[in-house]
Amino acid sequence: MSTDKNTDQPELIHIGPEMAVAEADVMPEETGAFVQGTSLWRDAWRRLLKNKLAVFGLVVVVIITIASIVGPTLIQRVFGFTPDYIPSHDSALTQSFPPFTGPNGEFSWAHPMGTDNAGRDQLARVLQGGQISLFVGILSTLVSLLIGVSYGAIAGYAGGRVDNVMMRIVDVLYSLPYVIVVIVLLSMFRSQTPRGQLILLFIAIGSISWLTMARIVRGQVLSLKNQEFVLAARATGVSNYRIIFRHLVPNTLGPVIVYATLTIPQIMLTEAFLSFLGFGVQAPLASWGSLASDGIQNIAIFPWQLIFPGVTMALTLFSLNFLGDGLRDALDPQMRTV
Amino acid sequence: MTSPDGNLLEVKNLRTYFETDDGIVKAVDDISFHLKRGETLGIVGESGSGKSVTNLSIIRLVPSPPGKIVSGQVFFNGTDLLALSNEAIRKIRGRRIAMIFQDPMTSLNPFMKISKQLMEMTELHLGHTKAQARAHAIRMLETVGIPDAKERADSYPHEFSGGMRQRVMIAMALSCEPELLIADEPTTALDVTIQAQILELIKTLKRETGTSVMLITHDLGVVAGMTDHVIVMYAGKIFEQARTSELYSVPGNPYTKGLLRSVPDPTDEQGKLYQIPGLPPDVAHLKPGCPFAQRCDYTQDICRREFPPFVQLNADHYSLCHFAREVYSESGGTPL
Amino acid sequence: MLRFIVRRLLVTIPTILVVITITWVLIKLAPGNFYSGEKRIPPAIEQIIREKYGLDKPWYQQYAKTMWPIVSRLDFGTSLRYSGQSVNTIIKRSLPVSAAVGILAYLLALIVGITVGSIAALKQNSKWDYGSMALAMLGISVPNFVLGPILVLIFSLGLYWLPPSRWGGFPSRNLILPVLTLSAIYMAYIARLTRAGMLEVLRSDYIRTARAKGLSERDVVIHHALRGGLMPVISYTGPALAFLLTGTVVVEKIFALPGLGNYFIQASLNRDEPLIIGIVAFIAMTLLLMNLLVDIAYAYLDPRVRYQ
Repeated sequence: MSTDKNTDQPELIHIGPEMAVAEADVMPEETGAFVQGTSLWRDAWRRLLKNKLAVFGLVVVVIITIASIVGPTLIQRVFGFTPDYIPSHDSALTQSFPPFTGPNGEFSWAHPMGTDNAGRDQLARVLQGGQISLFVGILSTLVSLLIGVSYGAIAGYAGGRVDNVMMRIVDVLYSLPYVIVVIVLLSMFRSQTPRGQLILLFIAIGSISWLTMARIVRGQVLSLKNQEFVLAARATGVSNYRIIFRHLVPNTLGPVIVYATLTIPQIMLTEAFLSFLGFGVQAPLASWGSLASDGIQNIAIFPWQLIFPGVTMALTLFSLNFLGDGLRDALDPQMRTV
Repeated sequence: MTSPDGNLLEVKNLRTYFETDDGIVKAVDDISFHLKRGETLGIVGESGSGKSVTNLSIIRLVPSPPGKIVSGQVFFNGTDLLALSNEAIRKIRGRRIAMIFQDPMTSLNPFMKISKQLMEMTELHLGHTKAQARAHAIRMLETVGIPDAKERADSYPHEFSGGMRQRVMIAMALSCEPELLIADEPTTALDVTIQAQILELIKTLKRETGTSVMLITHDLGVVAGMTDHVIVMYAGKIFEQARTSELYSVPGNPYTKGLLRSVPDPTDEQGKLYQIPGLPPDVAHLKPGCPFAQRCDYTQDICRREFPPFVQLNADHYSLCHFAREVYSESGGTPL
Repeated sequence: MLRFIVRRLLVTIPTILVVITITWVLIKLAPGNFYSGEKRIPPAIEQIIREKYGLDKPWYQQYAKTMWPIVSRLDFGTSLRYSGQSVNTIIKRSLPVSAAVGILAYLLALIVGITVGSIAALKQNSKWDYGSMALAMLGISVPNFVLGPILVLIFSLGLYWLPPSRWGGFPSRNLILPVLTLSAIYMAYIARLTRAGMLEVLRSDYIRTARAKGLSERDVVIHHALRGGLMPVISYTGPALAFLLTGTVVVEKIFALPGLGNYFIQASLNRDEPLIIGIVAFIAMTLLLMNLLVDIAYAYLDPRVRYQ
């Protein structure tokens, strides 16, 4: 390859040891559309749409999200039920009705998912539970993303001993009974307000999940940092901070997005089981986990109290997982580890 | 049993296509060639020319989705390999046709001792007992030049250097004394000095055992020293085939000429490197006409419109080009 | 290899101490205490209680008082709630319950998961593949606290085949539902991991070589592919065990099993400091040891790692 700057040798693209080709001669039309013009993202989006299951997942998730957000309000407008509405004035209504049943056993549209022991409409409760569960899921994922990406990017970029130490910490943390300690934390510091408990939950759950994200980002950064665009940036005096966050991190977006989408269901499961055990969301707020916890008391007589929140949650997680898988296939089919 | 004209291997109209998201890729599109017993045939081409797929097609190892051998025949000693049952072709693989691959690090099982990988072959094909297989394995390792073969036989692949690993692969391939050895870019992943050693080894073994060899490479230098005949492939088609000496001295195809010009010549005072302009075509979306038209120095209108004919220039020399005779004459040859 | 093990063990001990310390700190910092709950107690009585349990001493004395017995003879003290019972006794009693359920669940998950995953990989894109992967997807999406009660609904309350809860000793039919519930998600995950691992290996160069040698597909899979393909499953065992732990806690609550998890939850709710610390320490120790074993197994199975 010629590196003589004085002659106007065109840039050489190295194909094989013996066959160098002149880049300047490459015109898109002449090479029979060998070089496509679409961006990486559009390509990925196209691939994603081809994946029926992923699209199904996306659609379901969107539907459930929208239903959770506007549902409770709608129900309030239409039926007058709020998730906390306890028809205490009528003792006949203060009991658990099966789905689509009214006070006297007749068919009624009023409660498609039945009611709970205090007569509260289950549909409204499940949808409101969805609000909290999704909220915690997404926000905690964001928290873990922030921590994980920063940590991983710094470790990967710094390399050497700093990287070693940082990753050893991750290794150690990984093998710890993190969740156990979190349970202790949550039980010790039960907040007085439901809001407070939520915030505590975010922090607790977010702090569990950043580890793998850190590892992934570090791996990506490690392989990216020796590429030429980084050298170029450094040569022109760009600060390390900018290099990490403006140049390297955007290039790790692919795996990060995929992993984030797969983290959301994991986090939702964690919140759900914490609430199920009683350490998560407090009454009167409800999440799917706490609803299941309430529901399991009466499983023998009123099974719908558990089944509806449970099935809704399962459906949501199912869809999120498909979506995550689809995203992974779309963004990089090579990345499949599971 | 050999076919009437003494050919060990005869490939006729082989077509292997791949189904991809982008369309059907005609990796190998109507290839025909033959190999005489005891000879070495070289297949040369850039990446994507279809040379590796040709080999895999011969022993039917083309990954089956997405690839498929669409049509053609591969006669080995008179039997069409493509028509055989799975059982039958398995008996031929390793035993009568052996293959070595480009990257010996990934081509050897990292979890298995070298000895075991060698013994597997003879236990399967020759019915050796463990003891016999082991002795044979050590003998083979010695033959290919592994020092302290007895002690090192029980090592794992990662404990050997690149050149050693390739020797091990060769030992493995020749364990059952196959009639044909297909070497798919055996030296590409190796250092230049090791390359020469490996090629020498193949040459020596060929002489000693009488195995016929098919050597696939993109390196014209390798081909020059090793082969009797050469096939030049491009975009899934054979562009030229001839005796090696003839191809180098009187090429009859613009592509071949381009390749020959690209080989760096240390005696050239100028020091400028020649490159064939452009990039190999997208084989999923080939335009009509000659696949090389865009990059060719001799291109005329007809090249872009019509697919070129396969012209016979000489007893053993064929070229796929509208202007084959002209190019041949220009090189100094006398066409038929 | 030996150096590796020793080094890991040396790191383990301080790690556990740190975990214990953090837990202890959390408990001490928390508002409230174990003896009063919601009620208010007359200050005089409160003073007596505090003196009895040494809560009036400075924090470093309290720390030493807790840590010394632990470090010197692994004595985690006496439970504050279950009066008279030493923490060690409680752990010894409840451990077999959790261990039985947990180990059985993981073994089941391995057997079923690896089998299903391998078949799916070998028959890629067939009905088997799509069907089993769809089921696997379901498996990781249904939370165990939903699956458990549903299984109970069907098999206990509906069909009367199996008891709905309680511990029946080992072995007994009481084990079936808890083990199934706990195992489901890991079965699914391992099936997916195995499939992915096998597919990846089956695509690799050395499998191509094995085929080129003329080996039958069966031999290729069993002798060549399986080893490499199962590596992801083995490295998953480490984190899997951690998750298994938390799963056990849920399962014990659903099925009313007197295992470690249940005691842990109760202890947390009761602020039973010695019991909390004891269980946390025990769990940490177990996890770290299991991770070490997994790493050793991995190194043993992958010759490339072994000779470092």
